Parts: sequence; C-alpha cells; structure tokens
Amino acid sequence: MASTGSDFREDFSEASLKSHTVTYRVVAVAGIAVAAILFRVYVPRWISYLAYLELPLLVTIYFSLMRRSPLAGVCYGACIGLAQDSLSPDPLGMFGIVKTLVGYFAATVGQRFNVDNTGVRFTLSFFFYFFHQFFYWVLARALLAQMIGFDLPTTLIVAVLNALVAVPLFRVLDKLKVTE
Amino acid sequence: MEALFNRYRNVAALVVAIVAQLMLLAYQIKGNGEVRLIRVWAVSAVTPVARGMEASRGGVAHFFRDYFFLLNVRGDNQRLKAEVDRVRLENQFLRNELSTADRAKSLSIFQQQSPSRTVAAHVIGNTTGVGAKVVIVDRGSNSGIEKGMAVITPDGIVGKIIGVFPTASYMLLITDPTFAAGVLSQKNRVHGTVKGLGYGSVTVDYVQNEEMVDQGEWFYTSGDDRIFPKGLPVGQVTVVRTGKARKEIYVNPAGLQNGLEEVLIVVDGVHRDLPEVSAGDQPVHLLDPPPAEGGAEEAPVSSGPRLTDADRLVDRYKKIGEAQKHVYGEHGGGAPNFNLDPAASANAAAPKAPTGAASPASNAAAPQAANVATPQAASGAAAGSPAISPRQSSAVSPPQKAANAPAQAPVQSTATPDRGPTR
Repeated sequence: MASTGSDFREDFSEASLKSHTVTYRVVAVAGIAVAAILFRVYVPRWISYLAYLELPLLVTIYFSLMRRSPLAGVCYGACIGLAQDSLSPDPLGMFGIVKTLVGYFAATVGQRFNVDNTGVRFTLSFFFYFFHQFFYWVLARALLAQMIGFDLPTTLIVAVLNALVAVPLFRVLDKLKVTE
Repeated sequence: MEALFNRYRNVAALVVAIVAQLMLLAYQIKGNGEVRLIRVWAVSAVTPVARGMEASRGGVAHFFRDYFFLLNVRGDNQRLKAEVDRVRLENQFLRNELSTADRAKSLSIFQQQSPSRTVAAHVIGNTTGVGAKVVIVDRGSNSGIEKGMAVITPDGIVGKIIGVFPTASYMLLITDPTFAAGVLSQKNRVHGTVKGLGYGSVTVDYVQNEEMVDQGEWFYTSGDDRIFPKGLPVGQVTVVRTGKARKEIYVNPAGLQNGLEEVLIVVDGVHRDLPEVSAGDQPVHLLDPPPAEGGAEEAPVSSGPRLTDADRLVDRYKKIGEAQKHVYGEHGGGAPNFNLDPAASANAAAPKAPTGAASPASNAAAPQAANVATPQAASGAAAGSPAISPRQSSAVSPPQKAANAPAQAPVQSTATPDRGPTR
C-alpha cells in the first residue's frame, strides 16, 4: 500500500537505498519471464482484453528495478525481448532493443529511487509502458517501414491499466526475493 | 584503463546489446535473412506447452460444465443440439450453406466436398506482435504445410500461412493490414484486392469509381494471387462509396464471423467457378410471348443432311457443272453458265438450251425474290431452299433469317451430338 509522507522520505534515504539491493534465484527469474511470455501468447486467446497486458515488460521492469544494476537490466531486457521476438512474426530484435533500453533505464532509475514504494512503482510502470510502446512504434516505422498508427489516448489508458496491474504483481514477485 | 572501463561498463554493455540487436535486425531486413533456428526452437518449445494448456483448459471447462453446473441441462442440451445440428446439416448439404451448422462437422463436410485438398488445423495461440493479426495453428511442416498456403473455413477465407515450423505455423489473418488477396465480385465480376484494416472489417482496393459494386454483393477469390483458389467466398459488401481515386469498399469477412478455432489449410487448391447470382437476387421481367404468325410456324421442316448456304452453293454449282458437262479445274474448258437453273438445265442438257431457256425458271424465281422481304415469303423460300440462288440468299433480310431459323432448328439439333456437349 502507499507509504505515508514520513515513510516516503525515509525510503529515499541513502542508507535505505543501499540496503534495498536484492537478488533472485536464476530459476525463478527465468521461470517468471517464460511464464509472462506464455501468458502474453496464449491467455489473450481466451480472454481477449488481456492482450493489452504486457506482462513481459512488467517483469523486465520489476527485475531491473529491484536488481538496481544496469548491466543486469540490459541482460533481462535483451533476453526477455528476444524471447518475445522469437514468438512474433516481426524480425528478431524489435522487442529486444526496446526492452533492453527499458531494462537499462529501469535499473538506472532503481539506483536513485526507493522502488519498494507503491507510488513509485505505479509511476515507473506507467512511464516505461508508454516508453516501450512509443519506442516500438518508432522502431517499426523507422526500421521496418510499417505504417502502423500510434493511438495516444488508448496507449495512455492501457499504460494506466498496466501500471495498476504492476503494483500487485510486483508485490507478489517480492516474495521471490532471496534474503541474505 | 580499468577505471575507465569500470566507469562506462554499464553504458558499454547497453551499447553493445543495442548494436548487436540492430545488426541482427539489419541482417534480417536487408538480406531478407531468416533467423530460422531461433524461431524453430522457440515455437517447438512452446507448442507442447500450448497443447497442454489447451488440453487442460478444455478438460477443466468440460469437467465443470458436465459435473457441477449443468449436469442434466448439459445432457439435454447436447441431445437437442445434436438434433438441431443434424437438421441443419441436412439443410446445409442441400443448399450448400455451411455457415450455421456445428463447426467441426461443417468443417469435415466441407473438407470432403471441397475439390481442394485441405488439412484441418486448430488455432492454439496468438503471436506477440504489436497490432499484428497473426495466430498460431497446430500444423506445421510435418503435416505438409508450406509458407504461402491459403487458410479457409466453410464460411470463407481467413488468412494465409506466413511461417512454418515442424509442429506449428503462423497464420496471417485477413484482417491484418499487410494481408492482400485478389478478389472478384459475384454480380458484376469486378476485380479488386482485399486488404486488412487491422480490425474486424476489410477493404477491397483498386476498384475504379466507374465500376459497379452494390452493397450486399459478395466478393469471391479470383485466383489471381495464386494463393487462394478461385471461387472461395471472401465477404459481403457492407459499405461502398465513390472515393477520390478509387471506390471505397468495405467488406465483412465471412470466414471470421463465427469465431476462429478450426481452420482448413489448402494444401492443393482447385479453382472453381463463382456461384451464379440466384434468380431471387435478380428479378427479370419477361413479356408474354408474341402471337404466333402462321407462315413461320407452318414452314415445313427440312430434313436430310445439314446444309449451310455454302454447302448449298457448292451443291448447286456441282449440279450446274454436271448438267452442262463441265469439269471444274479443267484447263481451257471455260466457265459454265451459272445463271441456268440446275433442274431446268438437267432436263435440257441434251439439246443445249440457250441462256434464255432458263428464263422461265429464273422468272419463276423472280417473284419469290421480289416477295422475299416478307416473312411469309421468306419461310416459303426457306422451304424451297434449293431454289434460292446465291444472290437471293445473300439478299435475305434479318427478319427473313429469323423466319428461317425455326425451319433449320431441328436440323441443328440432330447435329448437336457431333459437336460434343453444349454448355
């Protein structure tokens, strides 16, 4: 739930940020990433409006934010993106590039903010979803010459919905943290 | 150096990852190269999971429906549904309408009836592309599927295969913006190209404003694209209006109207003719037949071998030649007198009649020729066709030719078998 004002300030203290670096089991990260991609591929077949839920992106954002390592963020983004590309009819690399950037920036942001805060998680999820969609659109037009449209109002609404899903999802994923 | 590397390690990793993927993209786009191995691995790894998910989903759904919620109703419903399906299928079989029956049975019947060789497939998932209307079907190269094959349902075309893997294939839906296929309108035979719009409807492009397309008219595949066999239904026109350069035609894709679960992949397509517009769709006003005129109907029917004007002319010339003992083609023999009537000249062959001797016959023919403009005279002339001279024959007016037709019709009908089957 949302932190109070004093909690928020406390969350941003230097000592608090350093103590928030967390690790995950490789198997857990890989399993969650694969599950997210499979969800993206097969669940919308039966519940069509869930096609708007970009779970691979949310997983990338979460692990990048929590690891607070740009290098790890790049790896998460590239791997999840390329895996998603391999099940897409578009050339390999489209999702890979976009998610690599998202992973890098999310990890960089994670070094400066307390990403356990619900408001921060919501805002970052909203922002990165929008960034993901917009950058994918730019790449598709520039590199693939696909004249697809960019529906700004719809994208903003879907970004809010994804951010709303991201908050409880991140709470669930927090259970996978490995405490040292 | 080490400090510099440590300082820019993250940025360097990002740049390396981005550049590597850009090069991968460039390789695929520029050289049209397919990184097939990765996709084969991915799809092959995911397909069993999809099958398992689909099976478990179906099992769980059936379990709940059968044993918890609708124990009795389900049984009744199945029985009634089976009955309705049977009646529908009978009706369907007779009327060749396959859109309202049970999907699986319709598909099976359609597959049996279709002249094209098809493979049934099940849609098992969507792809991850943004905006792409591509689904995954559970048939691949192991089932003989190849890239570019058409995908249809009994209701119409639904897409084409754009990627093939051993156990699954990518199918581009008709609604995808990159989809295109040649189509032909049913009523006016207007050619066009059907294209997806990214949502439920599709458009038919490249139809000139001058061409006639009606709302509600059906479009069928034209076979021009060499992907879809000719004669498969595409959809019904919902909106048609005059555009700036070309007509704007929106079509409701028939193949997607009843959902998309089972499809048929056309392995070996056979072109078919478009179905004719039914009489109900095209009201035709017919006048009562005209009152019978005695002369035309009373014309005696000529019998014997079929003779054309040219045959009769050759026959007449032969008779003239025989009567005058003239051998055609003989050198220095001169030409026979073609003005003589062959019958008269045959009688007068021994005492060679002067040219004027034929005049009674030709005079007798003259009134006929004079009256030949009337249908009665024409029919009379047709009855005595050997008496008509070539000149008279060529002078027959269109009404006279029309009047001749009934007299010649039986002769033509006897010759029909020689010509082979008529359309």
